[in-house]
Amino acid sequence: MPRSYKELREVIENKDRGLREKVMSLTEAIHLIQDGDHVAAGGCHYSRTPMAAIWELIRQKKKDLVYSRSISSTEGDLLLVAESTKHVITSWFSPGVTWGVSRVMRHYTQEKLAVYEEWSHMSLGLRYRAGAMGIPFIPTRAMLGSDLLPRLPELKEMECPYTGEKLALVPALNPNVAILHTQRCDPYGNVQSEGLPFMDEDIAGASDKVIITTERIISNDQVRRSPDRTSIPFFKVDAVVEVPYGCLPHECYGYYEPNFNHMDYYVKLMMGKGPEGVKEYLDQYVYAPESWTDYLEMLKFGDILRATTDGRSVYND
Amino acid sequence: MTKNSYNTAELVAIMSARILEDGKIIFGGAGMPLISCVLAQKMHAPRLTILFEGGVIGPHIEPGKLPPSTNEQRAARRGNMHLSITDVLLLQQRGYVDYGFLGGAQIDQYGNLNSSFIGDADNPKVRLPGTGGANDIASLASKILVAMHHEKRRFVEKVDFITTPGYLQGGDSREKAGLTAGGIFRVITHLGMFDFDPTTRRMRLEALHPGAEVEEVQENTGFEMLIPDEIRHTDSPTEEELRILRELDPDQRYTRAKDE
Repeated sequence: MPRSYKELREVIENKDRGLREKVMSLTEAIHLIQDGDHVAAGGCHYSRTPMAAIWELIRQKKKDLVYSRSISSTEGDLLLVAESTKHVITSWFSPGVTWGVSRVMRHYTQEKLAVYEEWSHMSLGLRYRAGAMGIPFIPTRAMLGSDLLPRLPELKEMECPYTGEKLALVPALNPNVAILHTQRCDPYGNVQSEGLPFMDEDIAGASDKVIITTERIISNDQVRRSPDRTSIPFFKVDAVVEVPYGCLPHECYGYYEPNFNHMDYYVKLMMGKGPEGVKEYLDQYVYAPESWTDYLEMLKFGDILRATTDGRSVYND
Repeated sequence: MTKNSYNTAELVAIMSARILEDGKIIFGGAGMPLISCVLAQKMHAPRLTILFEGGVIGPHIEPGKLPPSTNEQRAARRGNMHLSITDVLLLQQRGYVDYGFLGGAQIDQYGNLNSSFIGDADNPKVRLPGTGGANDIASLASKILVAMHHEKRRFVEKVDFITTPGYLQGGDSREKAGLTAGGIFRVITHLGMFDFDPTTRRMRLEALHPGAEVEEVQENTGFEMLIPDEIRHTDSPTEEELRILRELDPDQRYTRAKDE
């Protein structure tokens, strides 16, 4: 059952919305997530994935999460195999077009170990938007007539009271916690992202709590020099964590492209051995390292350097 | 490969590019659709604007650096604008988008596409990655193009699951479901081009590619293809089209023959 408007509103009204510093460690920030929470991740596919936050929530052994994201890539595999979630809400789920269909996603869904709730990309975006707008649904002309519609009991059709047209009503999605990665954020939580905005702003608006991991923490003075670039205001944000290379092996616009060698390595292991391969991967890359820095050291400096050079090149010409 | 020989994937890319009109706006997915769009821009449609569902308006695609996903930095480079995913897809609902260009695992006689389940959705043989923006594009863009390899197992009488709506059950069923705009405009395969009968909305042969025969089309189709009395014949790919195509995808990551 979706929460009532009163309940959703109270959460926001009771939030400390004063201008205050929220810088904390990754460990502290992820403590804001409770077992059973709905966690929505920003970015899309293998871009601006809040990988460090996902890595840490797996390490903290969060359980029974509902996980939603516009498009899920390798991070979705990790969450399934780590048993952090048995319920993924997304529109497309695999590492990437050139890497084939995820064997982990297939195993968990075909063996009915987890639910992959499939919405069209725009419908999922409209669900976060309705959540951010404080309304129960948004009408759309997509999803109609498809076989996706009858598989989603929450999705209803209605006749427009003004025009009599048939419309699909996508219900609001209000996650408990948003995990978003950005390039620049000040200590109060003013977020200034670069490149494609994806669904981050709506996710931040729809969620009870917002955790920001950021490549750089910039001063509030910096933010005030270009307030037009702020996409999420500080009072929506609950935690700010500085995590350079916080998306690797995925990419972060203007900072680094994916670590393609590591992605190839992961996909080969995952496609070759299925969930067993991903268990090995989790042991080696998620549970064993003492810190995110230790994890980065395992990703090979040469590969990170290449990803960085290619990533920064968007600002070269 | 001699300079004027070509494989089936290259043929599909070139034939698709030819029907894209200049000055229009198109949603192109990664892979074959994107290559066709860029080829069209370089041949006859320099004012064709590409949109990506990742949120890019009018990207600048560098030959040899085709983005493997349309949600990432290489796809976002030097665009005119970066929009949120929801807002870029909503442009279609308002009517701004002329073409949507899709690929698919399975298509049926009414142009419905499946990218969700092979077999029964409750007990699937294969769970596929899902719709992404395909359902939105096919529901909302004005004209849908579908590029596919022509095989019996892909051209089926009824798809296992309608992820992406074509003309649904034919006739006026698409309009009745509430999809009052758009519809499938052309299916492009390595054998020919296909449109849909305006009344029954069944798939119909519109043109044959060089060397292809009507019998070959029927043999590779899992339903009865409508065959009109007059059939157009497409011209062979030109040297220039092939040269540009191979510059775009020098390693043939997206234009390798499906039957090799």
